[in-house]
Amino acid sequence: MLPLPVDIPIAEAAQRRRRTLGWMFWASLGWVALIIFLAAFADLLPIQDPNALRSASNLGPGIDHLLGTDSLGRDMFARVVYAARVSLTVGFASIAIGLIFGGTMGVIAGYYRGRIDKVLMAIADVMLAFPALVFALAIVTFLGQNLRNVTIAIAVISIPGIARIVRASTLSFAQRDFVLAARTLGASNRRIIVREILPNVAIPIGSFSFIAVALAVVGEGALAFLGLSVQAPTATWGGMINDGRSFLQDNPNLSLIPSGVLFITVLALNFAGDALRARFDTKDAGL
Amino acid sequence: MRAVVGKVLYLIPVLFAVTALSFMLLKLLPGDPAVNILGASATPEAVETLHRQLGLDKPLIEQYGTFVNNALHGDLGRSYQNNQPTVEALRQRLPVTLELLLMSQFLALVLAVPIAIRAATRPDGLLDRISTGVSFGFLALPPYIVGVVLVLLFAVQFHIFPATGYTPLTQNPFENVRSLILPSVTLALAEIATYLRLLRADMITTLQEDFIMMARAKGMSPRRILWRHALRPSSFSLVTVAGLNFGRLIGGTFIVEILFALPGIGELTVQSIFSTDYLVVQGTVLLVAVGYVLVNFLVDLLYVIIDPRVRHAASSG
Repeated sequence: MLPLPVDIPIAEAAQRRRRTLGWMFWASLGWVALIIFLAAFADLLPIQDPNALRSASNLGPGIDHLLGTDSLGRDMFARVVYAARVSLTVGFASIAIGLIFGGTMGVIAGYYRGRIDKVLMAIADVMLAFPALVFALAIVTFLGQNLRNVTIAIAVISIPGIARIVRASTLSFAQRDFVLAARTLGASNRRIIVREILPNVAIPIGSFSFIAVALAVVGEGALAFLGLSVQAPTATWGGMINDGRSFLQDNPNLSLIPSGVLFITVLALNFAGDALRARFDTKDAGL
Repeated sequence: MRAVVGKVLYLIPVLFAVTALSFMLLKLLPGDPAVNILGASATPEAVETLHRQLGLDKPLIEQYGTFVNNALHGDLGRSYQNNQPTVEALRQRLPVTLELLLMSQFLALVLAVPIAIRAATRPDGLLDRISTGVSFGFLALPPYIVGVVLVLLFAVQFHIFPATGYTPLTQNPFENVRSLILPSVTLALAEIATYLRLLRADMITTLQEDFIMMARAKGMSPRRILWRHALRPSSFSLVTVAGLNFGRLIGGTFIVEILFALPGIGELTVQSIFSTDYLVVQGTVLLVAVGYVLVNFLVDLLYVIIDPRVRHAASSG
């Protein structure tokens, strides 16, 4: 007897293991969804005004104020939720912009190869040659501090990395038989890219996007911590962490709560991205 | 050799781009850069002088040429706040940033290497799983969170280390190290996670090689096999990434210097941003960007020279 029948259940078990994303993935996704929901509908939900100076300052967590109040008597829960707006807007919008520009660069470079590939990747390398945070700092400083410019700064930083990854992924599909088949059938380059390449590239890039958004959220936090993101009194996680530093002795919650929320959000995004990558990883993805 | 020449040739456009970007920063400011630099209360004469100094009436290419030429001669303009030449400010602060960078890299490697080696000897063992899990968490911890937590623990709760401040090495070496412990640990945590994952993965591959089995068959002690035979071939990507990380760490030093009030380049940059001292900001951005490019270049070069595989691939390809 051939050993084949014995091997099949093992292979299937291994496959099945890979096909489930695990509860940690769903927990991560749930957390991100919760934060998005709160941030999106903060105005409609019974959440207090994040900038109202109504109550006593430095209250501990309680019924009136779920997470207590800050040094100016503002509701911490409301501030954390409204700060999520900034973080998530910057996180998702900058990566969306990065995907449009970096993705286009990567697909063109990986599909057409040759000289255009060299030129585009040289551009990406030059962009990567600039230290990221310093670049963002410079853009925001000289363009002005507002949500739009912070998003632009982080989007620009994200472009070269995305371009490289999309290029690698495109390369792995551009030589496949189904692309050759489409070409033999007379499909134009544009059609091959849109109908054959993009749907395949979208899967690995989708899982990478989670990690990219996490990086963007961390980047926005860094700018905010330095006081260079959206300006006060608008709440930002990084800004709250920084403001709380003066009160570490008396009320460490001021820094620890936004730190915790940011940490869990970034961890959840990383974890979701990692789980998706493991789930959809084929041998070719390593190219 | 061809690879080296190629890399040198590659350096030229990159340096051009980086200097051009630093140069263009001032152009991003809305309105008259001279007024922006000097502030609204500047006298017309001062504005006129700065106009001439910056060469704003000349064509852009010429302005850029002047900028690079001046920079090469150590002239990056002066701070309008205290009239200190930017280059002098940078020279004062560079040692602090460099010390911080070196110390955090040292800490990261000293902690990551032994753990990675141990973890690689038993993949999926207890230590491996714990270290993989913990490092995954570390990767989600930016320095502005780690730093705050460390200050809370080691400076506010237990007064083991100072929360802020810096003692120069020449003044008191012991206090100097003490004042840099928390800042370097803050920077090192994410690096530890990166190095650990990298070395562990490479080490697991190396340990499956024939020469390891050979060494084992000869009866060598596991410790000797791990440290003397397996570590070196496993550490190429670690060395590369550690080198390249100097650049990534520069961003981290900005945060850490602000957090711990260390008088380094990052602190200078952020202070200058807030006092709208644009020429100083431009100077620091230029220094950091050019430094980053050069360090990356050197690491790349070193990699070609050290690793025989890369060397041969380059000369035969």
